[in-house]
Amino acid sequence: MKYKKLLFILLVTICNNVIAAGGGSKLMHMDVDLSDQTSLQRGAAIFTNYCLSCHSAAYMSYSRIGKDLGITDDVLKNNFMFGTDKVGDYMTVSMRKIDSERYFGVAPPDLSVIARSRGADWLYTYFKTFYIDDSKPVGVNNLVFKDVGMPHVFWELQGLQRLNLHGDEGAHHVPTYEDLELVTPGSQTEEEYDQTVRDLVNFLVYLGEPIKLKRTKIGVWVMLYLFVFLIVAYMLKKEYWRDIH
Amino acid sequence: MENTIEVDDSRRRFITAAATVVGGAGVVAGAIPFVATMTPSAKTKAIGAPIEVDISNLQPGERIIEKWQGKPVWILRRTQEMLDDITAQNNEVGDPESNSSAQPSYAKNEYRAIKDEVLVVLGICTHLGCSPNYILKGAENSPAADWKGGFFCPCHGSSFDLAGRVFKGVPAPTNLVVPPYKFLSPTRLLIGDDSGAV
Amino acid sequence: MTDIAKRVVDGLYGLRDWVDARFPLMKSWNEHLAKYYAPKNFNFWYFFGSLALLVLVIQILTGIWLTMNYQPSDEGAFASVEYIMRDVSWGWFIRYMHSTGASAFFVVIYLHMFRALLYGSYKKPRELLWLSGMAIYLVLMAEAFFGYLLPWGQMSYWGAQVIISLFGALPFIGEELSLWIRGDFVVSGVTLNRFFSLHVIAFPLLICALVGFHILALHEVGSNNPDGIEIKKNKNEQGIPVDGIPFHPYYTVKDILGVVVFLILFFGVVFFAPEMKVPGTQGLFLESANFIPADPLKTPEHIAPVWYFTPFYAILRAVPSQLGGVIAMGLATNLFLLLPWLDRSPVRSWRYRGWNYRCALIAFIISFLCLGWLGLQVATPLYTWMSRFFSVIYFLFFFLMPFYTAIDNDKAVPERVTG
Repeated sequence: MKYKKLLFILLVTICNNVIAAGGGSKLMHMDVDLSDQTSLQRGAAIFTNYCLSCHSAAYMSYSRIGKDLGITDDVLKNNFMFGTDKVGDYMTVSMRKIDSERYFGVAPPDLSVIARSRGADWLYTYFKTFYIDDSKPVGVNNLVFKDVGMPHVFWELQGLQRLNLHGDEGAHHVPTYEDLELVTPGSQTEEEYDQTVRDLVNFLVYLGEPIKLKRTKIGVWVMLYLFVFLIVAYMLKKEYWRDIH
Repeated sequence: MENTIEVDDSRRRFITAAATVVGGAGVVAGAIPFVATMTPSAKTKAIGAPIEVDISNLQPGERIIEKWQGKPVWILRRTQEMLDDITAQNNEVGDPESNSSAQPSYAKNEYRAIKDEVLVVLGICTHLGCSPNYILKGAENSPAADWKGGFFCPCHGSSFDLAGRVFKGVPAPTNLVVPPYKFLSPTRLLIGDDSGAV
Repeated sequence: MTDIAKRVVDGLYGLRDWVDARFPLMKSWNEHLAKYYAPKNFNFWYFFGSLALLVLVIQILTGIWLTMNYQPSDEGAFASVEYIMRDVSWGWFIRYMHSTGASAFFVVIYLHMFRALLYGSYKKPRELLWLSGMAIYLVLMAEAFFGYLLPWGQMSYWGAQVIISLFGALPFIGEELSLWIRGDFVVSGVTLNRFFSLHVIAFPLLICALVGFHILALHEVGSNNPDGIEIKKNKNEQGIPVDGIPFHPYYTVKDILGVVVFLILFFGVVFFAPEMKVPGTQGLFLESANFIPADPLKTPEHIAPVWYFTPFYAILRAVPSQLGGVIAMGLATNLFLLLPWLDRSPVRSWRYRGWNYRCALIAFIISFLCLGWLGLQVATPLYTWMSRFFSVIYFLFFFLMPFYTAIDNDKAVPERVTG
């Protein structure tokens, strides 16, 4: 019985470690709402205007976005599509890969499933934590993506932030978003920019898995059916097992 | 099993039937996604979207082949002589009025076309799906002595005139199919979509 | 109307008799279902055999349908999976069923194996039953490993790279062997193509054959039960075990109930949590790093195998020598094969075993779970030492078994099944 006690102690240690590892996350949290179609439409507009000139979303077609977000083909062609006029086309990028590698050091990744690899909170934090860093070729750095190769494409909207490092804490201090200060205001207020980022991340989550909203809706019906079947199956089992003693 | 108690047969039958119905419905519903998966995907449908064709450079007597939904679509600019030959063969083809053939109503006429000189047909033999050859009048490989120009299928020897009408006595049952199409301008065709056309 | 119905029914019986005269239809039906007598005291743990069969069917069906749209090439694989997820009608549903099914298979199989440990189902005369089951488990691990490469994401790629490199640790033949498995100097499209072939044809066939063997072996010796009593020792005048009941209809209706409960959990994952994103993980069933296309030039920051391999992965990392780790891992997966001969106790079921075996089994299960958790974590010195501790317990469970089971103070086993 002695080693059972030892096991117990070890288990407690593991549990404590899990809790410790779970805390202290540096990401800002954002609630994704895929049922907010106007937010998704705004996000789609931001995405096609700002992101799609360098990034692709090559697994996604324009027509699917139009269908899912309630955008007509004409609106789609006029406001969302710049490199092509066929709504059935996929969201490929016009910039050649070799050019983009020259400009940014790395080829901008395809964004079709970026929300699935990065997560919504990471993206949300990423778009909000660009700050001026003159030592970088693009003039900015990012709190969650160190030495990022992408310029701050929303700088005109958000403005520019500066990272205030507290002298006394020195190198040991891990900068957080509380250390950022807006030094050059942009065309949007803080709330407006927050909404812009939320719209975009909402859209990116949609883009990562277009079926997600519908999937959970279908799931509810499947669950309802299975619970009905569960009752019937239980009665069936009871009925036959009355024979057995 | 040891002590057999009285079994209410009708109750047991009812519950078994209910379970069979509910479970069967689930199996049928579960099969739907598997069947649906095999229908053309969104990408396939997008590739099968209508195509635009510029025919401003199409010479009289020339035939071009375009691909729509993966199928060959022939576009042929017919000369007056060709049109006359078509009329002259009204008695040699199997379905001269195109009564039992597939074409949009605007192509159910003598030359099976919106504009007499421009023929648009699917290049697929109505017999078993091969793609016939375009053979001009007087060509060396003419399938018949009095060949006035048309299409000949190498697979099973079906032949069609220059309006895609099937000749009598060949295996193909009907005329070549005319796909939906319309003129966007005198020199631009849209194949696969005839919405708004008269 | 009733006349027509009667004729139809008569016709169907006639058809059955026609077939029966030429094929052992009713004989098989009776032998394996209607007159297969199973102990009447099966409990919760006895659902997992039939559930494993259900998951196998799900995997085969969804696998066939996925293959219709998947492209096994390094350029096309990742894109074709996204094509299935977006452009193919209901493709996402089939794909999530398959990815969830892979994990569900291991959940069910591990519980099925635990049942055997609990009630001594591997003991004489069920050694072949146990060995065939273990063979299924080992083949299934290979099958899952091959399948995991197919989405061609970063985790697929580097997971395969690491596992294949394990073979490289073997002396003399290692390098050549891993080169032979890959068919290239690194994991590449060549590797992907052969893994695809093995995953969709070779190993499924092997699994089906082994499952057939497993069921035939089971029906020859008869099922064990939670009391570990041989019900065939107690037969009535007709030669029917008094503690047995026909599998059909009693266990078919009971298994249907189990299937529905299982499907509620299964589709709960498929529709509401296909990634199984448990906090602290990057998704247990679908890992977030696997949504980045495979990049042979860049390893993800943290790679861990899928959860069902992690106990063995933790053992691998616990041993401070490359070859030693590989050997330990190989042993850990294969030691189960020896159980029928390591266990010296005359008693099968946990219910009548002494405390030696009970404590050993509890310690083993705790070790297995802890190793599974540790295998998911980034190795720190503390975790490495914990892995070593649990690895030792894991191995002692097997190595000491001949001793602690031989001197266990087992209880008397009743004549008839209880409960």
